[in-house]
Amino acid sequence: MRLLSKTIRETGATLLVWGTATSITIPFLWLIGDLLWHGWPQLSLNFVLALPHNAGREGGIGPILVSTGLIVSVCMVVALPIGLGTALFLSEYTRNNHMYGRLIRGSLDVLAGVPSIVFGLFGNAFFCQTLGLGFSILSGGLTLACMVLPILIRTVEESFRAISQDQRLSAAALGISKRATILLILFPAAIPGLLVGCILGLGRAMAETAALIFTSGYVDRMPESLMDSGRALSIHIYDLAMNVAGGNPNAYTTALVLVGLLLTINLFASWIADKWTTLNQLPT
Amino acid sequence: MDYAESTPDIRQAQDHSPAIQSWPPYQSTQLCCEPTAHIRAKNLSIAYHKHSVLQNVDLEINKGCITALVGPSGCGKTSFLMSINRLTDLIPTCRVSGQLHMNEVDILAPTTNLLLLRRQIGMIFQKPTVFPFTIKKNLEIPLREHGIHPKTSLASTIETALQQVGLWDEVKDRLNHPAQALSGGQQQRLCLARALVLAPQILLLDEPCSALDPISSGVVEDLIVSLRGQYSVVIVTHNLAQARRISDHVALFWSVDGVGQLIETGSAQHMFESPQHELTAAYISGARG
Amino acid sequence: MTLFSNIILSHSKIDFLFLWSLRALALSAGGLLLLVIVFLFHESWPYLTQIGLANVFTDHGWFPTEQSYQLTPMISGTILAACGSIFLAAPLGILSALFCHFYAPPFLSYWYRRMIELLAGIPSVVFGFWGLVVLVPVIAAWHPPGPSLLAGILILTLMILPTIMLIAHASIRQLPTIYIQSATALGLSQWATIWHIVLPTSRIGLLTGIFLGLARALGETMAILMVCGNVVQHPSHIFDPIRTLTANIALEMAYAVDHHRSVLFISGLLLMGLVIAFVSLAEILRYKTTYALTQ
Repeated sequence: MRLLSKTIRETGATLLVWGTATSITIPFLWLIGDLLWHGWPQLSLNFVLALPHNAGREGGIGPILVSTGLIVSVCMVVALPIGLGTALFLSEYTRNNHMYGRLIRGSLDVLAGVPSIVFGLFGNAFFCQTLGLGFSILSGGLTLACMVLPILIRTVEESFRAISQDQRLSAAALGISKRATILLILFPAAIPGLLVGCILGLGRAMAETAALIFTSGYVDRMPESLMDSGRALSIHIYDLAMNVAGGNPNAYTTALVLVGLLLTINLFASWIADKWTTLNQLPT
Repeated sequence: MDYAESTPDIRQAQDHSPAIQSWPPYQSTQLCCEPTAHIRAKNLSIAYHKHSVLQNVDLEINKGCITALVGPSGCGKTSFLMSINRLTDLIPTCRVSGQLHMNEVDILAPTTNLLLLRRQIGMIFQKPTVFPFTIKKNLEIPLREHGIHPKTSLASTIETALQQVGLWDEVKDRLNHPAQALSGGQQQRLCLARALVLAPQILLLDEPCSALDPISSGVVEDLIVSLRGQYSVVIVTHNLAQARRISDHVALFWSVDGVGQLIETGSAQHMFESPQHELTAAYISGARG
Repeated sequence: MTLFSNIILSHSKIDFLFLWSLRALALSAGGLLLLVIVFLFHESWPYLTQIGLANVFTDHGWFPTEQSYQLTPMISGTILAACGSIFLAAPLGILSALFCHFYAPPFLSYWYRRMIELLAGIPSVVFGFWGLVVLVPVIAAWHPPGPSLLAGILILTLMILPTIMLIAHASIRQLPTIYIQSATALGLSQWATIWHIVLPTSRIGLLTGIFLGLARALGETMAILMVCGNVVQHPSHIFDPIRTLTANIALEMAYAVDHHRSVLFISGLLLMGLVIAFVSLAEILRYKTTYALTQ
C-alpha cells in the first residue's frame, strides 16, 4: 500500500515537472513564432534603412536604428570607464568586510533593483531639466548609463575576482607594483569577462523603454547631433502598438529586429564566456 | 505494523510477496565469514564515456565478512563499489556491463527496484555526508521515506542506531542541533548510523577513515570491526595497515594500461603472507603503488 | 641609492594617483544611488511640504485636473499584479529548475535552460506587444473586456519566471553532489531526495530568486502598461482593468506639471522604497548563503 502511494507520488511529481516545462515552452514558442510569422515577411534591407512615413505605419526604421545606436553608444562610453574603475577598486582594493567597499557594493545592489521607470524620472529631473540637456539622445544615453552601471560593475568585478590569487602573489614576489600588476597582468586576463559585461550592459540598454520615454523623447527624424531628440527601437514598438492605429505590422517587424539584435548580442556574450571558461580549464 | 510489509521483493516494485530480508536487523548466529557468496560479480566492466575504467572483474563477497578492496588510486575500486548499489546510475555517461548479483537478485537488471536495493545496501563515503539538518532529522528522513516509522518507537529506533555507533552518549542532549556542528569522526559515525537504521545486509565503505584524524579514525575502525558477522562489509582503503587489521578478505585492484583490473583476491592471511601475484607482493611490501 | 629611492617614490606616487582615481570613480558609482534619491525627493518636495503625503491616500480619486491625487488604486493594482505573478512564477520557476537539474535528459536540459535565458533577454516592450495583440484578445473572447489584471499577471509571470528559475537552478547546482549521492545511497526516491534534501538545503537561494522576481514585478512598466487597460480603479475581480504606479508615471509624466508632477515623483519614491526593501531582503539572504557555505 505504501509502495503504491509512493509510486503515485513519484509519477505525480514527474508529471508535474514535465507539465511545467511544457507549459512554459508553449507561450515562449508562441511568442517567437508569432513575431516571426508576422514580422518576417516585411523584413528587408529597405525596411532597415528607410525613413518611417505616416507615423511609422509605412516606411522603415533607419533613423530609429541610428538613434538607438547613438543612445547606446553614449551609455557605454560613459558607463565603461566608471564601471571599470569601480570594479577594479572593489575587487583589488577592498576586502569583503571593508566599510567603504561594502557601502558601495550595497548601494550598487540596490541600484540594480531600482525600476527603470524610476531611472526615467531621475533622468528627466537631473539630465533634462537640472543640467538643461532637454529631451535628447545625450540625456537618454546618460540615464541608461546609470541603469547599466550596476550590472556592468558586477560582471567585471567577478571576472577580476576569478583570476587566481597566485598571479597576484607571484607578481608581488617579483616586486611589481600593485598598479602595474593590475594593468599588465590582471587586466589582460580579465578582458573576456569585461567584454561579456559590456555586451550584457549593451543588451540591457537596448531593451530598455521606460527610462527613455521622457528622457530621449519620441522624435523619429534622423538625429543630427547628440542634443537632438531620438526615438529608440523599443519606444518605436510601444508607440506603434499603443498610439498608432494600424501600426501593428511595422511594430511586429521592429520587434523582430530588436529581438534579433538582442539575441545576437547574447549569443556573442555566451560564446565569449564559453570560450573563456574552456581556455581557463586548459591544463597549465 | 508488520515490518515485513515494508520490505517487499526487491525484484518487482508492485509485488507484495514475502520479504527477502525482514526487519529488524539480520543477526547472524553463525560464524562470520560463511563461505557463501553474498555478492557475485562476473565479468563486470565499467566504462565512463566509452572509456573503460574497470574490466572483467570476477569477485565474490562473502556473507558477514569484511572484504577490503586495495590498490592505487584510479584503478576502479570506487566505481566497483558504486556499481553494487547502482549509484553509477547517477553518472550520465557511465555504463556497467557483465553480471552482478546480490544473493539471487540481479543488481544490474533494469527492473530491479533501486530504492529497495539501496535500502539493503548501505553506503558510507570518504567525507562525512551528513545533511545540513539536525542530527535527529538526518536519521528520520531515511526512516520515514522507507516507511519505517512506527510512531511510538521512532525515538527508540534512533537511540538504538546511535548507540550502535557509540554516538548516543555524546549527542543524546543535542539531537536537535545541526549535524554539521559535530566533529568529523562523529559525523562519519552519524552517517554510519543513518545507514544502519535501515537495517541493510551489506555495507559499502569508501575510504571511510581517510578524511578523519587518527583518533576518530580508530573509533570508526573499531566500529567497522564490530559489524563483522552482522553485515557483509566491503571497504575501500588506501591504508594497508588498516586492511591487514580489519579485513577477512582482500582484493587487489590495479590499473593496467589505464584500465582497472582485479589482480588477486583471497583471504587476508593469504594476501599478506603468501601472495601469488608479483604485483600483490610488491604492493604489500610497499615497493609499488 | 638616492636614484633607487626616487624611483620607488615616483612609483608610489603613480600608484597613489591610480588608487585615488579608482576611489573617485567608485565614489561616483556608489554616490549615484544617493543622487537618484535626492532628486526624487527634490521633485516631490513641493507636494510633500505644501499638501502633505497623507493626501495621496485620502484624496477622493485620481483627478489631476481637479488637484485630487489619490494613489491607492494604483498601489493596489501594483501589489495585486506583482503578488499574483509571483504566486504563479515561483512554483513554475522552481519546478523548471528541478526539471533542468533532475528530470530532463542532458540535451533537453541544455536547450531548456537556453530557452529560459533567451526569455530573460526579451525586452519588456516585446512582451507587452505580444500580450496586447495575442493574449488580450484571447482573454477578451473568454471574458471581456480583455485588458485586465489577469493579462498583467500572466505577462509578468512570463517575465519574472526566468529570474526565479535561473537563480533557483544556480543554487541547486551549488549543492554538493555528495548530498544527492548519499540520499540516493540511502534508497531515497527522486522526489523524496528533492523534497527532503534539495529544497530545504537550497531554500535561501530559492527565496532570493523570489524576492528579486518580486522586485522586478513591482517595477515593471511597459508590459503592464500595454496589457492592463490602465483604468484607475480598485479591481473587483481578475478580469477588471487596472493601472499600476509605474504605468501611471509612464502615461502622465509627459504633460504633468506642478503638483501633478510632484505626485508622480512621490509614486516613484514609493516604488523605490518597496523595491529597496525586497532587494535588501534578497541580499541579506544571499549574504547568509555565502556565510553558510563558507562555514
